[in-house]
Amino acid sequence: MSVVAITPDYEKHIQYRDEQALYHGALLVYVHWEEHLSFVSAFAVSLPPDTPFGAICEIAKGIYGDHPDAAQIDWMKVEWMIDSEQATPDFGKSIAENGVGHKSLIRFWTPGLHGYQGTPN
Amino acid sequence: MTQFASITLMQNDDARPIIDAILADNPGVRILSMPGAVKLDCDSRLTVSRASVEERLGRPWSLQEIQLVLVSMAGNLEEDDDLFTLSWHK
Amino acid sequence: MTAKKLSLKQRYEFLTRDLDWEPSYQPVDSIFPYDQFEGIKIKDWSGWEDPFRLTMDSYWKFQAEKERKLYAVIDAFAQNNGQTGISDGRYINVLKLFLTAISPAEYQAHRAFAFTGRHLRGAGTRVACQMQSIDELRHIQTQIHTISHYNKFFDGMSEFPIQHDRVFYLSVPKSFFDDARSAGPFEFMIAIGFAFEYLLTNLLFVPFMSGAAYNGDMSTVTFGFSAQSDESRHMTLGIEVIKFLLEQHPDNLPIVQRWVDKWFWRGFRLLGVVAAMMDYMLPKKVMSWKEAWDIYFVEAGGALFKDLARYGLKMPKYANVATEACEHISHQNWGLFYQLCHVAGFHAWMPDAEHMDWLSEKYPNTFDKYYRPRFEMWAKQEKEGKRFYFNGLPQLCSCCQLPMLYTEPGDPTKTCFRNSTFKGTRYHFCSDGCKDIFDNEPEKYVQSWLPVNQIFQGNCGGATVPEVLDWYKINVGVDNCDYVGSPDETLWKSWMEQRFSEAG
Ligand SMILES: [Fe+2]
Ligand SMILES: [Fe+2]
Ligand SMILES: [Zn+2]
Repeated sequence: MSVVAITPDYEKHIQYRDEQALYHGALLVYVHWEEHLSFVSAFAVSLPPDTPFGAICEIAKGIYGDHPDAAQIDWMKVEWMIDSEQATPDFGKSIAENGVGHKSLIRFWTPGLHGYQGTPN
Repeated sequence: MTQFASITLMQNDDARPIIDAILADNPGVRILSMPGAVKLDCDSRLTVSRASVEERLGRPWSLQEIQLVLVSMAGNLEEDDDLFTLSWHK
Repeated sequence: MTAKKLSLKQRYEFLTRDLDWEPSYQPVDSIFPYDQFEGIKIKDWSGWEDPFRLTMDSYWKFQAEKERKLYAVIDAFAQNNGQTGISDGRYINVLKLFLTAISPAEYQAHRAFAFTGRHLRGAGTRVACQMQSIDELRHIQTQIHTISHYNKFFDGMSEFPIQHDRVFYLSVPKSFFDDARSAGPFEFMIAIGFAFEYLLTNLLFVPFMSGAAYNGDMSTVTFGFSAQSDESRHMTLGIEVIKFLLEQHPDNLPIVQRWVDKWFWRGFRLLGVVAAMMDYMLPKKVMSWKEAWDIYFVEAGGALFKDLARYGLKMPKYANVATEACEHISHQNWGLFYQLCHVAGFHAWMPDAEHMDWLSEKYPNTFDKYYRPRFEMWAKQEKEGKRFYFNGLPQLCSCCQLPMLYTEPGDPTKTCFRNSTFKGTRYHFCSDGCKDIFDNEPEKYVQSWLPVNQIFQGNCGGATVPEVLDWYKINVGVDNCDYVGSPDETLWKSWMEQRFSEAG
């Protein structure tokens, strides 16, 4: 569908405000702990593409540390999904090599940990 | 579900004669009283009559003065010099 | 014998349409260049009539009277130190949200109705828009005047104009009005005149203002209801505009339906903030958000759409999704406020046991099952001296700009994630409603100024939280964090002690 606008050359004037080029070489990445909805939403973080995937676990520990389930996470058993595809990321390889792009959504499930008192909180 | 024609007025002295007139002129009106306001609902049609308000107020009154105490309403509005009507299409 | 008084209908005719004229040295289309590009077809502008038949002379008379009454109350409230008679110090936080989030929207509405009134070619529409434009200016002025009294005592209110352009949660109302104002005049009328004024402002102004009265805030309820008395005229303009567009040409129906779907959903998301205000921030409660929704949307909206069905117009696409979500949104949004109030200009707090019982009673299907455990966990952490704050930056929806916190329709255990790719870049949405809006006009929404993303791009005062808060003009340790321990609480307690010592 073409743009409905009073300016005939509207498309020439579009200011794209979320392109990767605006992030000083980094990728904006979203990370979400499933079944723990007491945390308001996925967190956003900007990372250079060569950041090792393992760094995501370290950042997540900082964000989620206050939750009673957090200390019990076994990061080797975590189940991952990157942009709607199941994934088995290699922690030593970069996020880019693991298929993470600009504004990718990384969701993870922690087996055995289903939230505060078994409610998804 | 019932299609209520509805009017919400402030709960104060200026509005009281209008509220009373509505209650008298629209049998079956449903009243929802809230702090500061009252919502009056009537099945498909609700009217405010100038003559009826004037009778209670004891002075000439223009229907447009209702705007001073009107909080909200629902229904298609028809207004002339004598009648303010809210109704849904049947 | 004196001259016979003109009837309402005659006066309206003389003072509205008769004041219009046929231009002679400019083509009409060049005088009104904005009312064609949206694809709306109008055959006869004279088909428009304002059922209130309000003319400019009566307008000024009534508005002056409303102002006199309002300012008498505001003055009396100030003279009698009304601020000490409110139900609880926590209550003031609704005024902070109101002034920073809603009052600037009144100003946006003022600007937009001035523009729209100028650019629609029917005389009746122009006069009604002109009145509404002046009303909206009155609304923001009276709100600033009323709340300025509280600003003498409480924190977090003084920087509202700058904050509206910068602070992350205020981009929700700001982007809503920016979206409407950057549309054409007909879409604007459906967005604000119909969807917002007719379907949704009741929910904001009626139960909520009644709540202000119940909580002892006589000055707010007075500006609220004074504004609302104009609102009835605005609602009438909204309903007349939609009937007019649908009557004028059958080709208008699909366009209008898409706008109704869009603006219902945008309005629903925006009003979620009011839901949290009603269920969590009013110390004394009038009705729950869910009850208000049932009265003002399910019942009143239902009657309206039944009436409009004769034109082929259907209920907004996601009306049922919204009604189901009403059992969740106030709790979800309060969770958002609670854990992010360290980066906000108002205070939040944990509901006490009595309040939670009220929530269980009002939300029997959802509160105990999904949200009570969440709050109990936080209350426990608070007791242990570890009051919980989210220490990351949230992912935002690229349409409504709220954090992506809402759950799947029908499954409150899963966060709802949607996305679209446009020209190689991915965009995320909190719901199907928001995704549809983007997909219909991606060229517009790729230009959104998303506050969190802007922080990462380096456009918000710096890369650290203290730098961003400084740029937000939030006074750290005073305006933000929990109500418990805030200067507001200290002040309120000192007033209460005084009250008791005087009584004793
Ligand atoms: Fe307004
Ligand atoms: Fe309005
Ligand atoms: Zn959204």
